[in-house]
Amino acid sequence: MGDQILAQYSRRMRFRKILDKVLPLILSVAVFIAVATVFSVLFTTIMTGWHRLSLNLILNYPSANPNEAGMRSAILGSIYTVGLSALICIPLSIATAIYLVEYSRGGRLASILSYNISNLAGVPSVIFGVVGLGFLAYWLGMGRTIITGAFTLAILILPLVTVTCVEALKTIPDDLRLGAYALGATTFQVVRRVVLPRALPMMLTGGILGISRALGEAAPILIVSGLLFIRDDPTSLFSRFTVIPLQLFNWVSRPQPAFIELSSAGIIVLLIILFALNGLTIALRQVLARRAEWA
Amino acid sequence: MTATIQHEALRKAIQRKRIQDRFFHITFLSATFVSTISLIVIYVTLGLESFNFFAHVSIVEFLTSTKWTVLFADKNFGVLPLLNATVMTSLIAIAVAGPLGVMIALFLSEYVSSTTRSVVKPVVETLAGIPTVVYGYFALYFITPNLLRTLWTNIQIHNALAVGLMIGILIIPIVASISDDAMKAVPADLRLAAYAVGSRKSDVALRVVFPAALSGVSASIILAFARAMGETMIAAIAGGFRSVLTFNIGEAMETMTAYIAQVATGDAPHGTIEYQSLFAVGLFLLLITAVLNYIGIKVVKRWAIRY
Repeated sequence: MGDQILAQYSRRMRFRKILDKVLPLILSVAVFIAVATVFSVLFTTIMTGWHRLSLNLILNYPSANPNEAGMRSAILGSIYTVGLSALICIPLSIATAIYLVEYSRGGRLASILSYNISNLAGVPSVIFGVVGLGFLAYWLGMGRTIITGAFTLAILILPLVTVTCVEALKTIPDDLRLGAYALGATTFQVVRRVVLPRALPMMLTGGILGISRALGEAAPILIVSGLLFIRDDPTSLFSRFTVIPLQLFNWVSRPQPAFIELSSAGIIVLLIILFALNGLTIALRQVLARRAEWA
Repeated sequence: MTATIQHEALRKAIQRKRIQDRFFHITFLSATFVSTISLIVIYVTLGLESFNFFAHVSIVEFLTSTKWTVLFADKNFGVLPLLNATVMTSLIAIAVAGPLGVMIALFLSEYVSSTTRSVVKPVVETLAGIPTVVYGYFALYFITPNLLRTLWTNIQIHNALAVGLMIGILIIPIVASISDDAMKAVPADLRLAAYAVGSRKSDVALRVVFPAALSGVSASIILAFARAMGETMIAAIAGGFRSVLTFNIGEAMETMTAYIAQVATGDAPHGTIEYQSLFAVGLFLLLITAVLNYIGIKVVKRWAIRY
């Protein structure tokens, strides 16, 4: 009887011992799968598309001939739309963050408003496109234009950028604020002279994060703008437009292999832009770290 | 005499600063309202256009009919095929992202040094940063022909399985990072107490940290599911625009989001029933994801209070 329990116990201990050795291996397989996916996506895209990389791709307009086709109008459309959306979104986000962290100090109104920011973050991106089309383009009569696309993207990235700006303000130690208040500063003076200069680099990181998100979004722009074949540069904010991910979607949907290669090349261009933006945030973060050493 | 003038000037300067402060207070407060107003605009726009839609279509038909042929001459308005496709692809996605995400979180929070962690975490988060058009393209031209075709020879070129797999990859970072936060929040005391009674590292990870973080982990899965339901481009590129009620994941299916994309790629003039159907489907999708997000956030909050 005792022997039996002992045997059972030692069997269980042996199993535990093996499990203890094997578990980190099993878990690291999951990490490996994730990392391998990133690399295989990048690898296959580059292998398929690199020989289509050329200046034509950037300088030419879309064309039915894959050897001449480029995404000039899409690149310009992306720059206009995303640039404008950043100009709308970043000041709004900074102002919102300042209100929530510096002015409200956690009142009831502030908690409702910030709860709605997280609600907005949960809205699927395609819904922003549907509302951009229904509300901005038709009800407000802005048309399916660059400015409608820009406002749609601005509201789409607003929660993301705002949350980063709030985090940025929260990293500023309270001592600095209290010191300024003790000298009789108003809240606005504290914000402008003490808090904002220190939080700005991290806020810009949030802004760039939002820009990269907006650059990759195809769904809302597809709804707002439709799938267009545009062969001229945008002339005003009320021009019809297309963006890089939409041009890629267009090429991906065609059956000819040449267009698949072209879309891979386009993806490489888009990913290079995104990685460059990512590098910029890392550089900003380093500036931030150096600043922190001085403080 | 000069003293009173100085005093007067100072009083005015302070007054000015106060007014300036009040002005910016109001400016910043109005900026904060933008998110809330946007949210209201979203619901009102979807609601009013859906109202137009439901003037032509009965809600009962919308929710119970098994045919969705809005873009054909003979129109049927049953959302079930779209809902089914959305749920199927999202379930596949969770079957991928749930286990992988939780395993990654456990690995990052329990097994690696902070330096390794700071390298691995950004790479994992890159998965969410790649534009979804790229995933759709990858699913259609690499996953289906090279991987799925070898295992399942008569799978269709456009199929729900490849869509679900790629959405799963996309949402791994959501599961991993929220679960990781939950595991990090488990107090060190619990781990130390477990070690004190002779636990091994694997016991601590599986029997202490994982159960203690379980509400955070479930919240991460709910939130990731909501994100999966809203994914559009992967479903539009690799799913095929075929709105048929089927449970065969090897066939083409049309999710709610893919339908919205399909209407946008085609021609749906303002005011037609096709145009209005965008808003009805959009509202339906939004309500489902809003409920899921609400539950998810509630669960996160509950776990946050516990320690």
